[in-house]
Amino acid sequence: MTGTAIRLEGCRKTFDNGTVALHSLDLHIHPGETLAILGPSGCGKTTTLRLIAGLEHPDSGRVLFGEQDVTALPIERRDVGMVFQNYALFPNLDVAGNIAYGLKIRGMPKAERTARCAELLALVGLQDHGRRAVHELSGGQRQRVALARALAPRPRVLLLDEPLAALDAQLRERLRSELDQLLRHLGITAVFVTHDQGEAMALGHRILVMEHGRAAQLASPQALYQQPANAFVAGFVGNLNVFPVLARSPCGVKVPGGDLPWSTADFPDTLYCRPEHVRIADGNGHLHGHLLAQFFQGAHSRLLVDVGGAQPLLVDCDEFGRHGIGDTLALSIAPRHLFCLQGRGTRSEVSP
Amino acid sequence: MKRTAGFYGRLLFVLLVCAFMLVPVLMSLLAGLTRNYFQGVVASGLTLGWLLQVWAAYADTVWLSLRLAVACAVGVVMIGVPAAYALVRMNNRFSRAFEELMVLPVAMPGLASALALLLTYGQYGAFRGSWLFILVGHVIFTLPFLVRPVMAVMQRQHLPVLEEAAASLGAGPLQRFFTVVVPNSRAGILAGVLMVVTLSLGEFNLTWMLHTPMTKTLPVGLADSYASARLEVASAYTVIFLLLIVPLLIALQAINHHLARGDRP
Repeated sequence: MTGTAIRLEGCRKTFDNGTVALHSLDLHIHPGETLAILGPSGCGKTTTLRLIAGLEHPDSGRVLFGEQDVTALPIERRDVGMVFQNYALFPNLDVAGNIAYGLKIRGMPKAERTARCAELLALVGLQDHGRRAVHELSGGQRQRVALARALAPRPRVLLLDEPLAALDAQLRERLRSELDQLLRHLGITAVFVTHDQGEAMALGHRILVMEHGRAAQLASPQALYQQPANAFVAGFVGNLNVFPVLARSPCGVKVPGGDLPWSTADFPDTLYCRPEHVRIADGNGHLHGHLLAQFFQGAHSRLLVDVGGAQPLLVDCDEFGRHGIGDTLALSIAPRHLFCLQGRGTRSEVSP
Repeated sequence: MKRTAGFYGRLLFVLLVCAFMLVPVLMSLLAGLTRNYFQGVVASGLTLGWLLQVWAAYADTVWLSLRLAVACAVGVVMIGVPAAYALVRMNNRFSRAFEELMVLPVAMPGLASALALLLTYGQYGAFRGSWLFILVGHVIFTLPFLVRPVMAVMQRQHLPVLEEAAASLGAGPLQRFFTVVVPNSRAGILAGVLMVVTLSLGEFNLTWMLHTPMTKTLPVGLADSYASARLEVASAYTVIFLLLIVPLLIALQAINHHLARGDRP
């Protein structure tokens, strides 16, 4: 199983009721890459996956696997493996029957089928579960069977629709790392859809963030977090503090709660920074506000501070309980952690 | 716990209702086994003679009824399962109207449906005279009794997603129908088939209009014997009918019970 490149060229999709699900999407997925498609519900991420799978066909544009144009091919002739959100295991077949289904459809002889099936059961760690009925399996086991079933016929690409959404939080964490190892081991081109940014960050080599049927940004997890293309991406990937700029001041710009150190020549409407980059200052800070609430979250704590803006400021630090609710806090932000976002797809760098 | 007069009153009422419904059946069974019904069981004693006499005279009606029931079930499955699948898939105003239309032969008096068939196909002598003519009537009449339970099961099984899964594994439309749709609707198909067989075995209205002297089914023969033979013969005939139909009804009940519990999560 080596990777196949996937290319979408100008794919547009309108549903029967007139909703435009995709506005002319161009996408190039590298061979062997794991791409995460991330976005809120209704952003077109599932439609994109279904276009690649062949479960939907674009109104215009092309879908290519390698050099082959597969736009007109139905899913059964595209040679894709797919893991569905609720796994869609066949209830009339046992675990081995589910895994062997695709092999049987392709006319593989029984002996080969049994061998391949055993190989996949071992791959997903379910050696002794071949004869189990599907309804006897736990959620995590079903997920693995669905994965084994999709991989059994050695597909060119693997597509996963919210593969971990149906699991509880702890199991999700464990299966996420299992899935990560498996995908890296196989080297297969994989595309998965998720609304969970943690999942996208952990599994995706690159992440496509979508908004209203358009690609908002396609980048590596680090680039996405550190250099978001616009406010939507910045807000969707991680949390974000938003500062409306009121006026220029001698040492920077005036915002609700104080002054921020902004020395760049241009004068933005809004400045942003991440909650973990706001520090609680001992002496004088840039901003002052009252502590509204604090939440202990293990490794760090999240503080909500009212600085007089529309939204309380989010502060991530490791100082749980050092301040009481209602205390006045001084906050500082290093200039390099402030950034502004101008329009779609551009980001102005900040010099300290 | 002390039981009140109200409890005994209700118990009596339930027993009376049961007796009201069961006693005629038991009387009929008894009559079929009594040597001379007018002298009474005690005076004349029991016999299997009537059963043997009925079998000698009407065995061919029993075989015809069984053949009709089996052929009817096969025909209804071949038409009904794809029809149910199409209706579930379409699920629009047209399909709902069609579903209602399908029930029409059940709501309409059987005589009227039979008359319509006679008017349309009566002039084709060979067809008119064969048992296949009755079969057509039975298939039309029993079709909704299979389509309804099959549709109910299909709607519950998340078939569209299962079919997408099968397609992603390389299965074409026909393969999907036979490897995914049919196996996952089998509980509904089985319930429908038993219902169809039961209804076909007991159907009288339509059949009476459609039969010829050469194509008499069990219920038609039963009517004949009531009209022309001794009461004991007719009752013995009923015994044979009950022997055929009761096991089917019990199986139907068992399957419905199984369905009501829900197949699988």
